[in-house]
Amino acid sequence: MTIDCLVLGAGQEVGKSCVVVTINGKRIMFDCGMHMGHSDHQRYPDFSLISESGDFDNALSCIIITHFHLDHIGALPYFTEVCGYNGPIYMTYPTKALAPLMLEDYRRVLVDRRGEKEQFSSENIADCMKKVTAVDLKQTMLVDRDLQIRAYYAGHVLGAAMFYAKVGDAAMVYTGDYNMTADRHLGAAQIDRLQLDLVITESTYATTIRDSKYVREREFLEAIHKCVDSGGKVLIPAFALGRAQELCMLLDDYWERMNLKVPIYFSAGLTIQANMYYKVLINWASQKVKNLSATRNAFDFKNVHSFERSMINAPGPCVLFATPGMLSGGFSLEVFKQWAPCEQNLIVLPGYCLAETVGHKLMRAKPPARIDVDKSTQIDVRCQIHQLSFSPHTDSKGIMDLIRFLSPKNVILVHGEKPKMASLKERIESDLRIPCYYPANNESQRIETTHYIKAEASKSFLQSSLSPNFKFLKTISRADTGFVLNERAESCVQVCDDRVAEGAVIMQKDQHPKIVHQNELMDILEAENHKVQVAYCCPVCVPDEPKNVALSPGEDMHPVLDKCSLLHLLYTKLSNGFQDVTILNDGDRLQIQSFTVSPCLKEKCPHRIHVNPDSTSEAVNFCCTWSMEDEKLAWRVISSMKNLELKTR
Amino acid sequence: MKLTCLSEGRGYYFPPCHIVNICGFRVLLDCPLDLSALAVFSPLPIVISSLLDEKASIHSGQSSSNSESVRQEVSELLDSKKLIQAEPWYKTVKSLQLWSIYSIDVVLISSPMGMLGLPFLTRLKDFRAKIYATEAASRLGKLMMEDLISMHMELRQFYGPEESGCPQWMTWEKLELLPRALKDIVLGSDRTELGGWMSIYSAADMKGCMEKVQFLKYAEEACYNGSLTIKALSSGLEIGACNWNILSPKGNIIYLSGSVFASATATSFDYKALEDSDVLLYSDFAACNDVDGEKNDFPPATGSSYSSNIGSCWETIPESWLDSDEYSEEMEKVSFICSCVLDTISDGGSVLIPIGRPGVMLQLLENISLSLESSNLKVPIYFVSSVAEELLAFSNIIPEWLSSQLQERFCSGQPLFTHIQLSNEKKLFVSPAIHSSKFLTSWQEPCIVFCPHWSLRLGPVFHLLQRWCADPNSLLIIEERADIKLALLPFEPMSMKVLQCSFISGIKLKKAIPLLKILQPKHVLVPESLRPHISCWNPKFSVQSFSENETVVVPKLKAFADMDIAMDVASELLIDTKMIEGKNIARLKGELLIEQGKYRCVVRNKQVLSSQVRPLLFVGRVDLDSLLMALKKMGMKVAAQSSGGSEHVSLIFISEPSEALIEVTSTQTTISVGDETTASLISEAVRSTSVCF
Ligand SMILES: [Zn+2]
Ligand SMILES: [Zn+2]
Ligand SMILES: [Zn+2]
Repeated sequence: MTIDCLVLGAGQEVGKSCVVVTINGKRIMFDCGMHMGHSDHQRYPDFSLISESGDFDNALSCIIITHFHLDHIGALPYFTEVCGYNGPIYMTYPTKALAPLMLEDYRRVLVDRRGEKEQFSSENIADCMKKVTAVDLKQTMLVDRDLQIRAYYAGHVLGAAMFYAKVGDAAMVYTGDYNMTADRHLGAAQIDRLQLDLVITESTYATTIRDSKYVREREFLEAIHKCVDSGGKVLIPAFALGRAQELCMLLDDYWERMNLKVPIYFSAGLTIQANMYYKVLINWASQKVKNLSATRNAFDFKNVHSFERSMINAPGPCVLFATPGMLSGGFSLEVFKQWAPCEQNLIVLPGYCLAETVGHKLMRAKPPARIDVDKSTQIDVRCQIHQLSFSPHTDSKGIMDLIRFLSPKNVILVHGEKPKMASLKERIESDLRIPCYYPANNESQRIETTHYIKAEASKSFLQSSLSPNFKFLKTISRADTGFVLNERAESCVQVCDDRVAEGAVIMQKDQHPKIVHQNELMDILEAENHKVQVAYCCPVCVPDEPKNVALSPGEDMHPVLDKCSLLHLLYTKLSNGFQDVTILNDGDRLQIQSFTVSPCLKEKCPHRIHVNPDSTSEAVNFCCTWSMEDEKLAWRVISSMKNLELKTR
Repeated sequence: MKLTCLSEGRGYYFPPCHIVNICGFRVLLDCPLDLSALAVFSPLPIVISSLLDEKASIHSGQSSSNSESVRQEVSELLDSKKLIQAEPWYKTVKSLQLWSIYSIDVVLISSPMGMLGLPFLTRLKDFRAKIYATEAASRLGKLMMEDLISMHMELRQFYGPEESGCPQWMTWEKLELLPRALKDIVLGSDRTELGGWMSIYSAADMKGCMEKVQFLKYAEEACYNGSLTIKALSSGLEIGACNWNILSPKGNIIYLSGSVFASATATSFDYKALEDSDVLLYSDFAACNDVDGEKNDFPPATGSSYSSNIGSCWETIPESWLDSDEYSEEMEKVSFICSCVLDTISDGGSVLIPIGRPGVMLQLLENISLSLESSNLKVPIYFVSSVAEELLAFSNIIPEWLSSQLQERFCSGQPLFTHIQLSNEKKLFVSPAIHSSKFLTSWQEPCIVFCPHWSLRLGPVFHLLQRWCADPNSLLIIEERADIKLALLPFEPMSMKVLQCSFISGIKLKKAIPLLKILQPKHVLVPESLRPHISCWNPKFSVQSFSENETVVVPKLKAFADMDIAMDVASELLIDTKMIEGKNIARLKGELLIEQGKYRCVVRNKQVLSSQVRPLLFVGRVDLDSLLMALKKMGMKVAAQSSGGSEHVSLIFISEPSEALIEVTSTQTTISVGDETTASLISEAVRSTSVCF
């Protein structure tokens, strides 16, 4: 059995995430993103590799979308409404609610700014979302009889999820984007310990270890505070969702604490609606935010108002969140043109900006500078610029922690830069000894998977194997990880038993193999068990032993003759020599596995084979018996017995 | 598997209670309270409602003059004199107390109502079970318990601190004096249920209880002790209510509680997830009521007409048929209620709605406010309860637990419920208590009041009923109940209009059978009264019936349990097989694990595969001639001697390479040898000439 993993996007790059995985005949598309850096055919994954004929409904079992970022969902309306995919689509509740806003935002940017022919319409977005089945975290969804999927909390953005998929015995996890440390509004990624053949993980920060976010948050707040104190205006270009709410939460809270009255604005009605969604979806936020929600919903921003175009040149300080992010056009760019020339003002760039956007140019600029906004316009930038680089992706330590925790049989890296992926692959293979791959776009990777044979076990076999001699395997607790990974406490109680060997397998044509206890086996075969034993009556040297004592029962019993003490002497000697095995002493005999030994006082013992007739003078005989499987052990014990001297005084 | 039905329950408010033994684990299904039994108590004889006229602040405590007027009030209200005038106690499932608490391993909670009795168990020292409930059901259950405690504390202020030991009314002398109807409730029809009565649990008991609950999402897999995989699947009865799928290595069991196909508020009945079970415990008693109530509609089960009615379309029933009419029927009911409300308001009367089902309550609130809006009536709506605010806030942040209609509404950008907007517009007033000054200043009649408690014995409803019971223009909306006379007794004579309505709380008989057909379980356990209706279909599954306080043993499902063998183990098996009696036999190597209710044989340490299995098994007899041949082939000097007689002992003497003796009987071979090399040669010869593995 195999998993085939075809990387259609985000292979050795960031953008248009799309991986098509075939597991035991089921085909799942994980994410259906678009690439912001391209405006030609490279913008979308090459769907023709899934089905040349375009019959996607039969080619795919389902699509799973991990979160609402455009590099993960941007191509979905195109794929469903233009390419005609009609099959099931799964995403979490927040993603289903928020994705249309994101898509609509993007569509407008395309049409308004680039003046491009639209790739999909508003109706397309709405129709596409109607086909989506929303899932809750940890809910096990049956896509069909054989394919089950499950979402786990991924942090990153509201509603982001890692997805587990299982077909038959083969199972895998696709992480999407995730964050292993909690931030102010979202919790850290959480997943159960699962048995996995494959983990496909993002690797944006494949080689970076990040420090605390709190320092940078404070710098951000201080910069804004300083600006508004001196009467300046702050522009924060952001996309409708995610970063805008996170920063706004920070500001709203800071405003309360510092008792600031300067207005905070949101640019369009669009973001206000996004806030409404955030309020309802508060259960998907961090535990801290959730706990506070009983008294006040943290997304119920007190100091936030909506912004009118006429207010751009109104006097007085303010903070404005405006869409779109990256100053790639639209309203945020319009405000930028007005505010940038003034030294008092501040532009905050929260996160990554694509090449060729104004935001990208601004990141490199040292004001005062002149910046080309478009072919015909140049802007004199005199305002201050603050870059906020915290990003809700896990760092390399987080990736390693997650992979170590899940211990899959294979790892595939996507969503990262090629050289960094190469070095992460090295670490995963050397530190964790897990094979790791990072295919490029349109390449595929094949992986062998677990497969179990279905069998039936009899009650008495299970009983003998499960009671009472089983050990609980302790799961290693690892305090070094800074994030929460569920041990799935009870489910990973694994019971292990070496008495499995008492089982026998009966295989017959056209039947499941049956596993029975060996005692049942003879009945089933209608045969008798034949007992085979090996025996040897072994002489052991006892120097102080008076001769022929054993033959003179009339005399006082010499203490040595006491069976018990002889046995005890032997026990002590053997215990020293055989520390790797357990020796049982029941007073009559010693037992090591099937090997038993007891003093033999018989005059004539059938097992007394005299190998070396000379050494019998000072000997006491010990009768040994064993089963064939303990042959090696038996002769080890016997040879040491032969070399023993049992001193009685 | 064994089932003991502890209580068949009574509808939504008092769900059934069972104990099931699965794979040696004892599972308690629900732990409800019979709150309808509160009807035996006289309600709090204090008159707060008059204060509403004065809109003044409330008296605190009782002055002597006040309590005198109280006495008078009580005597005026009687016939209800016969009701027990004491601090109420609560009726639990009596039979549950016969079980050792320590022996319960798992508790599964199917609905908020199913956990109301749980603090009585969890506060016991011996309680050690793991409790599973959905997040939403436990949150609602917690709110209900909090409200119950707070309403009770209001009563306690009147009755004073609880007397220690058995209260007066529970003594046999007093019980003997009770009218028969009350006696039936207190003691049960078999007069054994007195032991089920408990005095209220404390807030700390409740909190301790909640801390022991493991919260689940719908369809989340929880694993108990490595052997049971437990899943909650939405039942549609209430927000967070669920059926259970319990997977054990010996098969899977479905617990089907009261289920609603198309619910207006809660996530609908997820019946598809219940398909293909080994045992289905049918514990939805709604159809049993149909059996009693709809006898005329349904000819006796044995009648052929019945069979042909539905039987003919048996195979062709579209699944959509199951949830077809239900939703529209419920919506019709709601709009009828709305029209009654509007009529009452127009006549200048007030409306009192003490309905305790959160889902129904939210839906009525939504629809009534809408119809007020559309008919341009401006009357205030009040929601009075100690947990009102929290309940409303909670309802607005749980899209995952709500019906598809509400989810669609949310995804199209509207809030889940409009009550936030209603409060902002001052159309809805939410208050923790009737005597808060904020509430009193906003008070205005006519009005619409939602408040607890449906028993009509606790909470704000009592005060308002006293106020309006004589007003023929006002309207009381309550759920249909058999003991309606008793419930209203303290308020007689009632001039107030009473609208009794019944909301769907289970699967109707006509749908029960098609449902079972779709689910295709192998074995079904049904309530006694349903059995004839199910059996007459000659279903493909076997049917067994259960009744209260009887233990039913379910026949063993399969003699063999499912087990997975890892590929590496399996391929090793194929190498080492012996053909005996036409069967391939091999010894099992590996480690046995139980993972999520599944047995698995795997190899984690490759050494296990190369190690020799033990003990070696020899089958049948050792063939003497071939053994001799083999020994000779190895270059040994052998001599054989057979002694006849019954024992058939054969001896083989070996003199070279060293001395040895082999004794062979029909059941045993003993090799006496003193030299390792010779011994291993002989072993090899014996192994090669006999059937051994
Ligand atoms: Zn992302
Ligand atoms: Zn991404
Ligand atoms: Zn001997």
